Amino acid sequence: MKLLKTLQFSVTLALCAFLILPVLMSIAAGVSDNYAQGITHGLTLRWVAAVWTQYRQAVALSVLVAIACCAITLLVGVPAGYVLARSRHRAARLAEGLLMLPVAVPGLASALGLLVIYGSFGAFRNSLWFIVTGHIVFTLPFMVRSVAAVCASVDLRTLEEGAASLGAGLWQRGISVVLPVIRPGIVAGALTVVTLSLGEFNLTWMLHTPLTQTLPVGLADAYASMRIEIGSAYTLIFFLILIPLLILMQACGVNTPMAGHRNAR
Amino acid sequence: MKLDSVPIRLERCAKTFPGAARPVLKPLDLDIAAGETVVLLGPSGCGKTTTLRLIAGLERPDAGGRVFFGAEDVSARPIEERQVGMVFQNYALFPHMNVRQNVAYGLSIRRLPPQQIARRVDELLALTRLDALAERQIAQLSGGQRQRVALARALAPQPRVLLLDEPLTALDAQLRESLRTEMNTLLRNLGVTTVYVTHDQAEAMALGDKIVVMSAGAIEQIGTPRDIYHQPANAVVASFIGTMNQLEGVWRDGALHCAGGRLIAAPGAQPRSRLWFRPEDVILTPSGGELHGVVESATFLGGHTRLSLSGVGAAPILVDAPGRTRYATGERIGFSLAAEVWHTPLPDTETTTC
Repeated sequence: MKLLKTLQFSVTLALCAFLILPVLMSIAAGVSDNYAQGITHGLTLRWVAAVWTQYRQAVALSVLVAIACCAITLLVGVPAGYVLARSRHRAARLAEGLLMLPVAVPGLASALGLLVIYGSFGAFRNSLWFIVTGHIVFTLPFMVRSVAAVCASVDLRTLEEGAASLGAGLWQRGISVVLPVIRPGIVAGALTVVTLSLGEFNLTWMLHTPLTQTLPVGLADAYASMRIEIGSAYTLIFFLILIPLLILMQACGVNTPMAGHRNAR
Repeated sequence: MKLDSVPIRLERCAKTFPGAARPVLKPLDLDIAAGETVVLLGPSGCGKTTTLRLIAGLERPDAGGRVFFGAEDVSARPIEERQVGMVFQNYALFPHMNVRQNVAYGLSIRRLPPQQIARRVDELLALTRLDALAERQIAQLSGGQRQRVALARALAPQPRVLLLDEPLTALDAQLRESLRTEMNTLLRNLGVTTVYVTHDQAEAMALGDKIVVMSAGAIEQIGTPRDIYHQPANAVVASFIGTMNQLEGVWRDGALHCAGGRLIAAPGAQPRSRLWFRPEDVILTPSGGELHGVVESATFLGGHTRLSLSGVGAAPILVDAPGRTRYATGERIGFSLAAEVWHTPLPDTETTTC
């Protein structure tokens, strides 16, 4: 028994090391004076500063794209998920299936599709909105699925009927009952969308222009064309942006009173 | 607390769901007096819940059907404009609100002053004995407590009509019985027009001023619990409400002759060859008796023993034997029937089933 426990612990530890070590190495490389000579040679924030000056634009663009993408998927995905879950029509089941298609199709293929259709619309093609469009195609299914799952797990129809019987009109029902009840799904969806958007590379790499370089595209650029310390410092900045965001949104999602009550009826 | 209530009238209300071949509800007329408690009783799929939802405004009747609250035609009004209180089978309590917020919901929607809301909510929490649970989350409540919250929430905005859709079905038997008594007292005191849907005949008997027995999308009988029980209009009602025995024989010389013996008619009885009677109409007579049967099975049920007697008529006769007497299978026992059975109107003998 004790042996089993020890074994379990070692495997877990090894797995963590496997996942975390490259990250730590990368971070270490980003703050070392000269990576080839090792971290003991000296620590510096020089590379981080260099990355910040050179790729500030990409960071800002990525955040902007993520926010725009999240806003639009919220506006479109929340009502869509709600309608899909409430509809008993066969078309709704079909739409649910089709919705996962952009996720299954490789990002490169989606990007090619977008380029074929919109490539000739110069202004749109060169703008940031083109990237946002690509990200929406990719992330919308996650928002819709997340919202639809929560909508299906509570008996939303009866809750709404209950609210209506108490005098609440359509909008009042939506704001006072539907939205608060499905909030965990919305938060989880938004969390997924922002994370995916910030990290999306395949599609963005195909769609970007020199003026619309996002965070991950910049990262590839940095690794490909500059010293390893610069690329690593870039990774460090990437983490600094992503991790607080993840923690924040996770906290929002977990602290809802719904978390444990979803099945209580 | 007393509520202003209105009478309800349904006129030619039918309901066919889109895509369905047959209507779930055939054109139906129903009058419910102000302050009356009417129970819609029937097996599942008989259209009772659809009828309730038509009254609520959650469903619209097919073309031609109309719903009146008093003199007002509410047919075109959605539920939120009908000023009804509704208790759902699964209660539909808002999981993101506590007890107090749930009860206050209908009042907040109407934008009443906060002090007035608080006063009214306190009143209802006291009425439903929920004072101590006011700040609880819904998930922390038991089934019976949830049922009371649902009732308090429905009553808070002073509905003109109270609609209850199988409100006790989700609870266990013992709790159901005590809540039934409690609800009965509450409904009497409130004097609100109430429509109550159930498939439980005991609930219907206990709560209803009137019972509407439904089957296969139509009304079979409307009457007081006593009418329905003692004078069922047809075989469907007779078989759905309680247990009904049927004894067939030959009418000769002022008596009914059957395999079990000769039953002399009560004075003034019409000649008849068939009798309908309840288990409790049977009077066991240890010494002799007009009729005899053989105990086929005896089931001890605590308060009484349910006997099934064969060899009396075509079908076994079910009898409730009181007291501590033990009965053995194969035992031959004598009995007669209460005089009233001769005056029970015959339900039409056609056996229609749901």
